[in-house]
Amino acid sequence: MRGDSHPVSLIFWTKEGSVIKSLQRHWLSIALLSPSLILLGVFVYGFIGLNINISLTDEVGLNNNDANFIGLENYIKLLDDPRFHIDIWNTIVFSFSFIGITLALGLGLAILIDSKIPAEGFFRSVYLLPMAVSFIVTGVVWRWLMNPATGERTSGLNLLFDVVGLDFLINQWHLTPTWGMLGIAVPAIWQMSGYTMALFLAGLRGIPEEVKEAARMDGASELGIYRRVILPMLKPVALSAVVILAHISLKVFDLIIAIAGKQIALDVPAIYMWQTTFDAYNFARGATLATYILISVAIFVIPYLIVTNRKEKV
Amino acid sequence: MHLEKKKTLKALAIAATIPFVLTACASGSTDTSSSSDSNSGDSGSTSSDTAQIEVFSWWTGGGEEAGLNALVEVFNAEYPDIEFENGAVAGGAGTNARAVLATRLEANDPPASFQGHAGLELLDYITAGQIEDLSFLYDEMGWRDVMPQELLDLITVDGGIYSVPVNIHRANVMWANPSVLDEYNLDMPSTWDEFFAAAEVLQAGGVIPLALGEQWTQLHLFETVMLGELGTDAYNGLWDGSTDWASADVTSALETFNRIYDYTNSDAASLAWQDASQLVISGDAAFNIMGDWAEGYFRVDNELVEQEGYTWAPSPGTGGTFQFLSDSFTLPVGAPDRDSTIAWLKVAGSAEGQDAFNVQKGSIPARNDADQSIYPPYLQEAMDDWSSNAGAPSLTHGTAASNAFKAEIETALGLFLGTRDVAAFQDALVAAAAAQ
Repeated sequence: MRGDSHPVSLIFWTKEGSVIKSLQRHWLSIALLSPSLILLGVFVYGFIGLNINISLTDEVGLNNNDANFIGLENYIKLLDDPRFHIDIWNTIVFSFSFIGITLALGLGLAILIDSKIPAEGFFRSVYLLPMAVSFIVTGVVWRWLMNPATGERTSGLNLLFDVVGLDFLINQWHLTPTWGMLGIAVPAIWQMSGYTMALFLAGLRGIPEEVKEAARMDGASELGIYRRVILPMLKPVALSAVVILAHISLKVFDLIIAIAGKQIALDVPAIYMWQTTFDAYNFARGATLATYILISVAIFVIPYLIVTNRKEKV
Repeated sequence: MHLEKKKTLKALAIAATIPFVLTACASGSTDTSSSSDSNSGDSGSTSSDTAQIEVFSWWTGGGEEAGLNALVEVFNAEYPDIEFENGAVAGGAGTNARAVLATRLEANDPPASFQGHAGLELLDYITAGQIEDLSFLYDEMGWRDVMPQELLDLITVDGGIYSVPVNIHRANVMWANPSVLDEYNLDMPSTWDEFFAAAEVLQAGGVIPLALGEQWTQLHLFETVMLGELGTDAYNGLWDGSTDWASADVTSALETFNRIYDYTNSDAASLAWQDASQLVISGDAAFNIMGDWAEGYFRVDNELVEQEGYTWAPSPGTGGTFQFLSDSFTLPVGAPDRDSTIAWLKVAGSAEGQDAFNVQKGSIPARNDADQSIYPPYLQEAMDDWSSNAGAPSLTHGTAASNAFKAEIETALGLFLGTRDVAAFQDALVAAAAAQ
């Protein structure tokens, strides 16, 4: 590892003097950083490159040394794949419902907790607790709660609705045709809204009391303060929350497997990728799906990184 | 050298994804790490002349694990010098195990032997040159004389036999609740038309005619319906190309399959196969189609008595045909100690080993010279059928089609479940068959 850092520094040495000086000053930090930079380079960026490379070939089966380069054919073929269409639809339904409702609930809870309620610490912990559970555990529990059986075998939440007389709420949950992903979003919202609350709460606490006071002096109503002062100041927090929730929703895999197993009606790109790679050994198609997932996440993350970077420089 | 390098890189790439998926599936990753440790380390310092074999399987619970342990006991008694290392990776039907295995094979680090369904599921390993042809062992041990010719034909790929089957399961079994049948005065249906007539009666009485579970159990139903409606020869022809997937017979079989969904439970997608069996046990449902591992679930797990708590028959239209699947062991190319692996395979193929294994696992031996008297009644009947019936390979359980073909059929079925569009389903099946 130590030997590897040499060639890197050599490149800098050939440049102008100021670089040399700063290198002399920072050689320790560069040396300390290089192991993780190299590991990151190989295991993250190296493999992203390798994956894209495979996605441009026709590698199928375990005997793949004779794979041919076929360009973007895999990418084009997938766009015609009816299963991929279901994947895209499911991802859209899940992402919009999950991100939207989680943000709204998180903000709502944060505002409630921020309004000087008694036993604030207790409620904060209660709402944050689901975060400590893994998606697999959440999935198993909600699989029971969202049991879609009817008649005498009704159980879980449907049974609760039946007992308290809210019959109109009884539904098929994740087995609802076309909109089944809304059922999957319910446990995800349950799990992540507490975390989003924590983000917003930190944001709310960061708003100086003086600003609110000033608004009140100018005759703003409480509602007006929220609309015109507090919410605009929470924008950066909301942006972070959206990016975090978006990458979770685009990569969702374990939650669906735990609730519903592998079934096409609740398929998402990550499950399709897993199945086509390891059940069918279609490495090329699997790599193509992985690249599509990467691109979709990048659409959210890269603009965010650019914005934060710019801010930090200023 | 270049190829080697590329292979290693690719193995690393696959390996890098596995921890995530394994943790996501909350499975026994500790098993994996311990098994690979034992393989790479030269731990021979304490007992230098003890050979070791690591056998890779997905048998980690219930009768499966008990069966494996019984087989290992026979092995230890016969080869006390070879230490057996259990390299099992948890996860039903081997989904996790196969991902781990693929990585190790790519990295040229194969276990001594690994489990796989006999038949075309092994095709990928065979074409990649990762497992050895075992024909020599069949000749040496005389297995060709004690295993049915039909089995040997169906597990022969390009003239070679690449694994040793330790057991046989039957896929085409219809299970039923005898008290429900009595109450409605029904017999076990021998055709799907008879089933539909019975189903009307049952549905009118508020009983679910056919209990169904998650998607793979529906693929299982699909293959038994195809077998029942097309007949054995035409069904077997689906897999060797002699039956046209686009034919009118296939269309009408698919229509029958589609009609069955009018008589099933609405929550099928959220039930495991055991949950579906449970519906039959409780009398909520009358029938269920599942492989004969369900027999162990009825008899052992639920302590039911045959013909009182549960009864069975070949699934509609499949009387006289034994639709089978078989677990088997392989000899990987480059196995760490080839002779020890061959010793293991000899035990796996022996009458003694197969009897020890199958009584525990609840399946029948692949050999037809086993000791019938030690098996429970269902399995005795299955052994009679196995030696007298026509044979047909199972699709869901890896015998009939390559992994790629099976995956495409699975996807086509999944899409069909959303649309119930028979014509589109058939088109997708035709396309999948054409791509093979």
